Amino acid sequence: MSVVTNTTTIGAIEAPSRRNTELLLLIFAVVIAVFAYGNVGLALNGELPSGMLGYGLGLTLLAGVGHLAVRKFAAYADPLLLPLATLLNGIGLALIWRLDQSKRFQALETFAPAATKQLIFSAVGVALLVGVLMLLKDHRILQRYTYISMVVALILLVLPMFFPAVNGARIWINIPGVGTLQPGEFAKIIIAVFFSGYLMVKRDALALASRRFMGMYLPRGRDLGPILVIWALSILILVFETDLGTSLLFFGLFVVMLYVATERTSWIVFGLLMSAAGAVGVATFEPHVQQRVDAWLDPFAGYGKLAASEQIAKSLMAFGSGGMFGTGLGQGDSDLIGFAANSDFILATVGEELGLTGLMAMLLLYGLVIERGVRTALAARDPFGKLLAIGLSGAFAIQVFVVAGGVMGLIPLTGMTMPFIAAGGSSVIANWALIGILLRISDTARRPAPVPAPSPDAEMTQVVRP
Amino acid sequence: MNKPLRRVAIFCGLLVLALLVRVNWIQYVKADDLAKNENNRRVMIERYAHKRGDIVVDGKAVTGSKESKSGDFKFQRTYKDGPMWAPVTGFTSQRMGSNQIESLEDDILTGTDDRLFFDRTLSMFTGDKKQGGNVVTTLNGAAQRAAFKGLGGRKGAVAAIAPQTGAILALASTPSYDPSKVAGNTEEDVKNWQKYEKDPDKPMTNRALRETYPPGSTFKVITAAAALEHGLYEDIDDKTDSPLPWRLPLSTKNLVNDGDHPCKNASLRVALQWSCNTVFGKIGADLDNDKMLETAEKFGFNEQQFVPVRSNASVFAKDMDKAQTALSSIGQFNTAATPLQMAMVTAAIANDGKLMKPYMIDRLTDPNLDVLEKTSPEEMSTPLSPENAQKLQEMMETVVNEGTGTRSKIPGVTVGGKTGTAQHGVDNSEKPYAWFISYAKTDKGSPVAVAVVVEDDAANREDISGGGLAAPIAKDVMRAVLDRQK
Repeated sequence: MSVVTNTTTIGAIEAPSRRNTELLLLIFAVVIAVFAYGNVGLALNGELPSGMLGYGLGLTLLAGVGHLAVRKFAAYADPLLLPLATLLNGIGLALIWRLDQSKRFQALETFAPAATKQLIFSAVGVALLVGVLMLLKDHRILQRYTYISMVVALILLVLPMFFPAVNGARIWINIPGVGTLQPGEFAKIIIAVFFSGYLMVKRDALALASRRFMGMYLPRGRDLGPILVIWALSILILVFETDLGTSLLFFGLFVVMLYVATERTSWIVFGLLMSAAGAVGVATFEPHVQQRVDAWLDPFAGYGKLAASEQIAKSLMAFGSGGMFGTGLGQGDSDLIGFAANSDFILATVGEELGLTGLMAMLLLYGLVIERGVRTALAARDPFGKLLAIGLSGAFAIQVFVVAGGVMGLIPLTGMTMPFIAAGGSSVIANWALIGILLRISDTARRPAPVPAPSPDAEMTQVVRP
Repeated sequence: MNKPLRRVAIFCGLLVLALLVRVNWIQYVKADDLAKNENNRRVMIERYAHKRGDIVVDGKAVTGSKESKSGDFKFQRTYKDGPMWAPVTGFTSQRMGSNQIESLEDDILTGTDDRLFFDRTLSMFTGDKKQGGNVVTTLNGAAQRAAFKGLGGRKGAVAAIAPQTGAILALASTPSYDPSKVAGNTEEDVKNWQKYEKDPDKPMTNRALRETYPPGSTFKVITAAAALEHGLYEDIDDKTDSPLPWRLPLSTKNLVNDGDHPCKNASLRVALQWSCNTVFGKIGADLDNDKMLETAEKFGFNEQQFVPVRSNASVFAKDMDKAQTALSSIGQFNTAATPLQMAMVTAAIANDGKLMKPYMIDRLTDPNLDVLEKTSPEEMSTPLSPENAQKLQEMMETVVNEGTGTRSKIPGVTVGGKTGTAQHGVDNSEKPYAWFISYAKTDKGSPVAVAVVVEDDAANREDISGGGLAAPIAKDVMRAVLDRQK
């Protein structure tokens, strides 16, 4: 009988740390982003932008600090996540700076240069990532805070109700002196922690205590409780904060995690039915949601009449005008979208200026982030880690889909920001934290199990042959 | 837990796939529709991003481009002598769109025409800024100036045609507007536009092509042509069967002449010379509606003309009784003609009966002045035989030499013409329109036919007869063309 050191989990066998791969990819990411920045300057003014050095150094610093932190605190972490996030963040900065230069955009009343702020937010985000890696030695620690997470997440979700609506949606809170904050972005991480902790404990009850009906396992009535609560909560968010995106995100997140935890397809069926019922119900008596649905069904019908339709129509025209290869950075007119062109609608600038090819590449980058997250979930060895990793990457995937689908007219538009590239402090900070947690889980998953100390017993045990 | 994880992974993959499919849908399949959508401002931005091609008269551009002051449109249109050329060029405005040649030949002028594809492709490599092609018109600068100056501050219009080709030589309309003043996108442009729109004198109406006036006595040349063509009379110096006074058929009313002239049984020549209503009214009644209509339509009546700018259809009514036909045949009742139409009538007579299709665009060129398309003269119809045309010419020359049109005489040149004074309004209460149509003829045929109408309500009733007001303008236009010929 030999000592078993291997588990069958993917990637656990003698995994190389891959830190040098990450460094190489990071260099690529920074170079691409700096090129994009220079490209904008050349297109707009015919010269390299004066801020290029500062921008390049800033981004290099962010990437370098992130890399060193990972090398030190999470040596076996996934090598792709950090470069992907850096690349998206870097391109986002170039795009935001490009829109800052737009005269049309500057003429708006709401205009404020966003690029420098965004760089600072990115720095805060990377600092948070470093903090997560430093302080969170093992993601399972988070399990202890299951119910605290629930309370915090609820507070974060409910808070915006007490603040005035901005452009029809209550998703911001205003802290004097600090600025506005989108608590939903942070809530998505914290609520994933809560769901993971909760489901890990309850999954057996939810999975096994069920009746079979028409080939499906139906949960017991009392086990429906949690999903009903979450459903009601997301409906409340939708009604009181008129925020379709966050509502969809939370409910989707819960259904996905519930399914993973219990392996019961019936939850998905329930989830879909409930979200459909909720969406239809709210859409029929909530004019704001109704408008968005109308704008989605025929954006050009309401052109010039309805702001929501016009925004979608302008966004679609920006995409269409980009065509196959785009106009080139700085040479498009995506700023015609006006308000929110650098936040919710920033993908339209990608579409117009980088074209179909550029946008597909961009979406594939997001796809890769999601894929690395899911892979981390697969590789994780503990159920809590699995649930947390799939929860975070699922939330990321749903957010990307909801935002990109919204601005491209695939689904009704919701007020959420594209992770990493859109201007907005909360979003970029929260997503860096999300990447931090994924890095931590992947590190734990891929770290080779410590070689067991030679047992003194082993030597002394004698095999006695008959 | 890995089985549901793999399924979630597939689900996430499907979400990304859905996005990728959607991107291809809007940026490839629907890209063109969206890029050219009427609400897409990029279309307009692109349109004004380059200097527009020019409209050319006598080898010189009458249009130009300058950097725009406001907004995201880089260039805006300028016009030299805008009011004078407006009936030819039309306008192109960043706010209001465009019309006439500016609109019809927009693809050439902006450079998006397929025939300019090679130039565009070439300039992509050479780095040249894309430029539009040019539209070279048939107009004659001197004739246009004579027409515009001649009309002066009065309301009216002039159309002049080269009878042998149909090429339009002058096309003036007053009062006019300056298209430069509405070319931009500023509040001032909008204000100017509104001012023009509200002006009761309708300065933006192209009277030469779009306004139909009762042609009055000038229509008598058509009636004469009908009489000759339908064999009612053969010799222009034979007496006609024209009693005086003559009572309108089925009516109790006499048709009266303007003044005491030898109109009783007057020959066609004399009748035209003195513009006898009784003679031509009776011809109309004798020929009847169908035959008059046939001849009028051969001259282009009841049909829109495209030169290529649209000209309104002139009217000679169908289904009229004899009295109405008689009145219509002297250019009253509801007969109406554009100045262009009357110029066409004159041109057909001067060109020995052959009516050429009128046109004002000689050729389209690329930015390097290489010809893309050239208009070749085209025959439209033959309203009268060469012999009858010559008879009619003789009659019209008599009008100028001895009749009502003496003020259009040009020494050393044969000129034929016809005056007209069209009354209108309830009981003829409004000031009449003064008409004059004429052609000049040299040994090389006729180089110019012109129609002038002046709707001046400041003039005296006496002065307004076509011979007094309109004939001098026609004379100046003809002289301008003749001078160029030398």
